[in-house]
Amino acid sequence: MKESIPKIGVYVCHCGSNISGKVNVSEVVEYATGLPNVESAQEYKFMCSDPGQQLIISDVKEKGLNRVVVASCSPRMHEKTFRLATQTAGLNPYYFQMACIREHDSWVTENPEKATLKAKDLVRGAVARVAHHEPLTPRVVDINPNVLVIGGGIAGMQAALDIADAGKKVFLVEREPTIGGNMSKFDKTFPTLDCAACISTPKLVAVGQHKNIELMTYSELIDLKGFVGNFTATIKKKARYVDASKCTGCGICSEKCPSKKILSEFDHQLTYRTAIYTPFPQAVPNTRVIDKEHCLYFKKGKCKACEKFCEADAIDFNQKDEIIDVEIGSVIIATGFKTFDPTPLTQYGFGRFKEVYTSIQFERVNNATGPTSGEITTKDGRKPESVAIIHCVGSRDQNHNKYCSRVCCMYSMKFAHLVKEKTGAEVYEFYIDIRSPGKGYEEFYNRLQEEGTHFIRGKVSEVTDIVDDPSDQGKLTVVAEDTLARKVRRIPVDMVVLSVGLEPSEGMQDIARMVGFSLDSDGWINELHPKLGPLATASDGIFIAGCCQGPKDIPDTVAQAQGAAGSALSLISREKLAIEATVSVINPNRCMGCLQCENVCVYGAISYNPALNVCEVNEALCKGCGNCASTCPNKAITVKHFNNDEIMWEMEGILSN
Amino acid sequence: MNDIKIVAFLCNWCTYTAADLAGTSRLKYEPEVRIIRLMCSSRIDPVFILKALMDGADGVLVGGCAPGDCHYSKGNYYARRKVAVAKTIAESMGINTERIRLSWIPASEGPLFAEVVNEFTEKIKELGDNPTKNEVYL
Repeated sequence: MKESIPKIGVYVCHCGSNISGKVNVSEVVEYATGLPNVESAQEYKFMCSDPGQQLIISDVKEKGLNRVVVASCSPRMHEKTFRLATQTAGLNPYYFQMACIREHDSWVTENPEKATLKAKDLVRGAVARVAHHEPLTPRVVDINPNVLVIGGGIAGMQAALDIADAGKKVFLVEREPTIGGNMSKFDKTFPTLDCAACISTPKLVAVGQHKNIELMTYSELIDLKGFVGNFTATIKKKARYVDASKCTGCGICSEKCPSKKILSEFDHQLTYRTAIYTPFPQAVPNTRVIDKEHCLYFKKGKCKACEKFCEADAIDFNQKDEIIDVEIGSVIIATGFKTFDPTPLTQYGFGRFKEVYTSIQFERVNNATGPTSGEITTKDGRKPESVAIIHCVGSRDQNHNKYCSRVCCMYSMKFAHLVKEKTGAEVYEFYIDIRSPGKGYEEFYNRLQEEGTHFIRGKVSEVTDIVDDPSDQGKLTVVAEDTLARKVRRIPVDMVVLSVGLEPSEGMQDIARMVGFSLDSDGWINELHPKLGPLATASDGIFIAGCCQGPKDIPDTVAQAQGAAGSALSLISREKLAIEATVSVINPNRCMGCLQCENVCVYGAISYNPALNVCEVNEALCKGCGNCASTCPNKAITVKHFNNDEIMWEMEGILSN
Repeated sequence: MNDIKIVAFLCNWCTYTAADLAGTSRLKYEPEVRIIRLMCSSRIDPVFILKALMDGADGVLVGGCAPGDCHYSKGNYYARRKVAVAKTIAESMGINTERIRLSWIPASEGPLFAEVVNEFTEKIKELGDNPTKNEVYL
């Protein structure tokens, strides 16, 4: 039953000083008191807090309010909270309207007077709208228990394993030919120095073998449609030109492939691979891939050496990209990071001097499966006598990435330890500040100092092949100002490692658009709330794990992955989900059966009833976009909670000044 | 000249979220815009736009998802048609159609939202008070 005489309670939130710092809250409250149908108006420090909500609940009971307006943050933030409070107070949850005076006002407006004026307008709009609200009942839908995980690095693998172990189905999509991500390139991990492969390869195998995980490597998400609980993901499985069901991973094809001079992506251009390849020996799945761009057969129409030698008959040059749809209820984004490309920092000589490495290349140099089988040697095979490690390359840099990449100090010190251990060389760490917050991290720093690593506080100005002493010919000179000793140091070294920062993976913009979440100015995913919602996004049912949200180390990544898996499982285990009551309704007395609504509905939710010559809405299919309502020439269609009256009253409320 | 007023009808999934993002990023933009949330930009009825211009708005901004990224598949394309209808009618009513703008702003583009608002506000200020807003038509 709709309450005939609205008695509205208006609550204006200070949000600490987030709102009250700009908007004169008392003035807005006083103004609201005089608005039509407003019974009472109040202000409170934090409306979303328990006392704030209690204020609403007790006012409804004591003052007989039947409508509630809260002027605070975005409804995308707390609409649910206040609807629940309204419901707890004994009212229909839809007898509530929110005015966003934080994101759309106090945070974006320079002038306090203008901000206060804007807040008044928005409150007036909300008051005018809520008076015309209808009581509605949320719809209940089933939640699809399947989960889609995007990205097969350590975050994606861990999340997939946790969900699969709980007995739920997981689709794990990875665009590279193998899962494992960046972690599989590392040798040792800081500060414990345990071997990355020893802890990650068992995960790869577990993911590959888990009966609840459907692994889709060399595949990409190309579309995501639907809502929390019921999404349809469209995935492109790129053609490998190798039949995964037949390939035994023996590797004879790679041995016979004549195109051998292709720079390896996995080894970051330090080695070569063949056109038919697998990124690394422990790859999961161990099915090879033909790189169409470099394959002689695809380029020139002849060769087929791999096909000739494949005993399993697994090569299939006619394989096509496959597009498949999977039905899921929630998504975990775990797209990770890429490393900063130091080429624009020409003063460091990357690409110019062969002994200048990026840190990810140096991980490969250290790795037993890498180009030197784990020996640290220069490219001409010498054991280095001295190595320079330059911190903050591309990070904490106004010209590149302003943020700290968080892991570089620690991995740089790990390198220093490994170099010392394997070669006995002198190691010079050029740093701005050493950042070692974490369990055992500061202790590791102390250990490195005791081991005799030279820490030089200063940003390197140049790496040059001009040496001061003729006996150092062939070495590189690292020039830096030692800000503690207050002098310029010129240190001859055999190898230079650039500790490059972390950047969001390639293609994040596309995924953000497709899935519907936002990225910050650096390109990392915006979490729902920086403190209290670090695993979720503003889109319900979309969770995040690992470096796609911001640079982090392996323990934090794993923790976040397990958290995201827990969030997804918590959603799934509800089984049913109350969703917005916003659906279209057709008034058969006004409908003239013109079918224009049916024509514009992309969900097929509208059908024509010839017996009555009217159109009808199937509520189960309707998503509440309202396209039909504004298309209907006879205004026979209403969208619940977004009907013409409600929108018009809000608009007129805003404008009537 | 009085303070101008701009009404912005924004779709919940993209442009409204972009406006939220502009807020959380603390981007400062012109204060005349008043946002009304719609689930989809296709909910925009030409009547809303015209009524806003007759009831005191100096400009109307409609914001939807970028082409190909509409949360409801292709609602933003329908919004384009509806805005075009509104413009045609506005023209016949003697309203400058530059007072009506459709912008496609993805959820991740907070800075773009601020930029569009600033640019549109500047345009409206240039056009001055909406002369039709105090006249009675119906």
